[in-house]
Amino acid sequence: MLVHIFINGEKRKVHCQPDAMLLEVLRDAGCKSVKCGCDTTNCGLCTVWLDGKPVLSCSVPAARVNERHVTTLEGIQDEAEAFGKYLVGEGAEQCGFCSPGLIMNVVAMKKELDHPTDDEIRHYLEGNLCRCTGYMGQMRAIRKYMDEEVEA
Amino acid sequence: MRYVSQPVKKLDGMPIIKGKPLYTNDLAPNECLIVLALRSPYAYARIKSIDTSKAMLVKGVECVLTYKDVPHVRFTNAGQTYPECSAYDRLILDEYVRYVGDEVALVAASNEKAAQQALKMIKVEYEVLEPVLDYKKAVDNPTIVHNYDDYFMHIPSFNANNKRNIVVDGVEEHGDVEKEFAESEVIAEGEYEVQAQEQCMMESFRTYTYLDHMNRLVVVSSTQVPFHVRRSLARALQIPQSRIRVVKPRIGGGFGAKQTIVSEYYPAIVTLKTGKAAKMIYSRKETFSCSNSRHQMCIKVRVGADKEGNIHVIELDTLSNQGAYGEHGTTTIGLSGHKAIPLYNQARAHRFKYRGVYTNMMPAAAFRGYGATQGQFALESTVNKLAHMLNMDPLLLREKNMLRMGEIMPAYYNEPLNSSALDRCIQRGRDMIGWDEKYPCKEISPTKVRAVGMSISMQGSGISNVDTAGAEIKLNDDGFYTLKIGATDMGTGCDTSMTQIAAETLLADIEQFIVAGVDTDISPFDPGSYASSTTYVTGMAVYNAACDLKNKIITAGAKMMYPERFLDETDKVNPKKFYFDGSRVMEVSTGKTIALHDIAVHCAGTSDGNYLNGTGFYSSPVSPPPLMAGFVEIELDKETGKFDIVDYVGVVDCGTIINSNIVRGQTEGGICQGIGLAMYEDVQYDAKGRMMTDSFMQYKIPNRVDVKKIRVEFESSYEPTGPYGAKSIGEIVINTPGPAIAEAVYNACGVRVTSLPITPEKVKMGMLKNELEKQK
Repeated sequence: MLVHIFINGEKRKVHCQPDAMLLEVLRDAGCKSVKCGCDTTNCGLCTVWLDGKPVLSCSVPAARVNERHVTTLEGIQDEAEAFGKYLVGEGAEQCGFCSPGLIMNVVAMKKELDHPTDDEIRHYLEGNLCRCTGYMGQMRAIRKYMDEEVEA
Repeated sequence: MRYVSQPVKKLDGMPIIKGKPLYTNDLAPNECLIVLALRSPYAYARIKSIDTSKAMLVKGVECVLTYKDVPHVRFTNAGQTYPECSAYDRLILDEYVRYVGDEVALVAASNEKAAQQALKMIKVEYEVLEPVLDYKKAVDNPTIVHNYDDYFMHIPSFNANNKRNIVVDGVEEHGDVEKEFAESEVIAEGEYEVQAQEQCMMESFRTYTYLDHMNRLVVVSSTQVPFHVRRSLARALQIPQSRIRVVKPRIGGGFGAKQTIVSEYYPAIVTLKTGKAAKMIYSRKETFSCSNSRHQMCIKVRVGADKEGNIHVIELDTLSNQGAYGEHGTTTIGLSGHKAIPLYNQARAHRFKYRGVYTNMMPAAAFRGYGATQGQFALESTVNKLAHMLNMDPLLLREKNMLRMGEIMPAYYNEPLNSSALDRCIQRGRDMIGWDEKYPCKEISPTKVRAVGMSISMQGSGISNVDTAGAEIKLNDDGFYTLKIGATDMGTGCDTSMTQIAAETLLADIEQFIVAGVDTDISPFDPGSYASSTTYVTGMAVYNAACDLKNKIITAGAKMMYPERFLDETDKVNPKKFYFDGSRVMEVSTGKTIALHDIAVHCAGTSDGNYLNGTGFYSSPVSPPPLMAGFVEIELDKETGKFDIVDYVGVVDCGTIINSNIVRGQTEGGICQGIGLAMYEDVQYDAKGRMMTDSFMQYKIPNRVDVKKIRVEFESSYEPTGPYGAKSIGEIVINTPGPAIAEAVYNACGVRVTSLPITPEKVKMGMLKNELEKQK
């Protein structure tokens, strides 16, 4: 079937199977930042924005995205760097495989929550699993990023 | 120092953060055939007949392979240095399937839909056999998991006996064990069980393969062991190693899982059969149930001491569930004793019995900690129990008995302990957690209690007398360097830490270095990243290569200053008379200098130039243990048995820290993974041997709400045999949560849980049992 999707602002014609999920369509369209980690909507690696809100692209049928706007990490490189410099500064990127999904959710959280507490941050990001960092370095980076934005 | 011990940012950090296509599946060409495996529904069966003709008719299917299509030469998929310590008990595809999920056939098709459809069209008739699913009944079971004669093990002293389901069997003894037990005034004992924890790296197993223009097989794979992949593939496929090139891109985590060769054989044989590029991406379900995990172990412990708390004798008896194939079976079980017993090196005698057995379950292989985790849970729990029996503070008991610098460790291959800050680790952790105020527990409400517990730990740094590493640094014609290592950065940051060592030694800026990722055609030989070897073994090889290159730069500079003095090739430049400061070579007596850039240009581009390439090698007769103390405070609800971690403190002696960011991340992450082992992660099988916990839905790993507070600090020692005094960090950090949390639970409610994970159910059942016993 044919679907029209705005991927990072650019209108794209996508030919896909009727049961194709957004995740595979995005990867086929060249957005290789989008990672598959679990197949069961538990890990958060495939997080992208649909009309500006974070979704798990492994559970969104591509057919339901017709004429809608999808944003991946490729589309928010400046924000990725603005937050990413803290992740790198803490050594909290480690293997990096979960980073794209985490960054999509952290940047969305910054737009959505005002002065979140540590517990609010943890709950917002509960679905972003990471097996390398033990979450501590990520948390230090997220805190610095959120605090910097507040000051600015 | 400029770079060593600094929080240097990972060189590839920003590209990773920005989501660049760096990982195996990001790089695979679009035209790859998709390879899928048909997997056994039975725990043990013989394939009576297999009909692939209908599957071959599916449009897009390129080939379907069964056991009839593969070489009949057995191999091991354990990534270990040759001769491997693991039995040759595998074929790429076998007539017998030995666990639920074992490969029955392979399908390769131009797209995934076709491959999926073809899988369903393969008709298999099985002769279902009775499986062995209880590892405690595996030895001499009527069911023999590997019942054939071409079973092979390089090392006879492991006493493998496939006809008895025995992978490894042995006893080691030091001192007069029976006499010491007879004279002991207090004996603490127990039986402990550690589950088959799953590594759960975020990137599943994956590989793509193709034939290059020279008809060589190129294997791009998410692996910790590229050189072992090359050797094992050559044997399994019966082609020369020289025809195989293995390339490692960025890796999305390994934790030991990728020290076993899992996804490589299948696309490789498809490519050889079809001549076409092929890729295999394991699903999460396959990664859970058709790869490898930690070894489930049951460990019986006895510790004998006098009333003053001097430990005189330790006995450990380990039974290890190997699962269906023997990878890493002999070596992991060894560590359950060799890296537990030496913690109490004042003991005069010890006995370590061990037996590993085959069952019809998913194979166990390598996972961070590698048997030490299991052994230390058992021994540390027993020592904590001994402290209660003696009515003694467990910290005091450890101070009396723990290993000390300068000692020979009889249970650790008679190696010396050349460096230790364990005493300072314990002291620091005690202060950080507030042990003296909090031990053992405090009621904070009528139903809630807070309690503390602790444990100490050791690991190794590489495998003594086995691990080797090569390193090369070349000076390029513009004065920058290329560092070539064979160790595999899997997120661990070794490309960065190795560059720090090189830059420190060559007094260079880190920006002057390019690090070449592992390519077996180009990289120096290195067994790979496992056994906590990279910083210590590869780090020393890099240091040696940098020293070699530095000497060559000095020699080249001196010859350029005084061509007439060094006309003869045999004339040696006296390194005391010349000095290299990172950017120029200087003659000490005259102050005359020549710039590195000029040396580089001269060497590369003139007829009397030279190829300036520093080479280094390292192998160590010792495996210096890093040491650690872990402390935990929990809050337990006495009505439900549920408990949470309030605070976890880990203090580590990893010698000199090379990169303070990286060691902190390793320590926090390892503790978190250890908390998962201790509290949540529970592999379960049904009665027919099917793994039920094969997704993140059923198998819980800690998330950021579960683990709120981990604090880590470091107490440095100086290891004389390591680069700049460094020891390892990667594995030790997973070991303390199991015993420390078990002890905290005991201190909170009087229940000693002896099998991991420690679930609220086990705690509450234990509390009820204690109450019943009180009423009696």
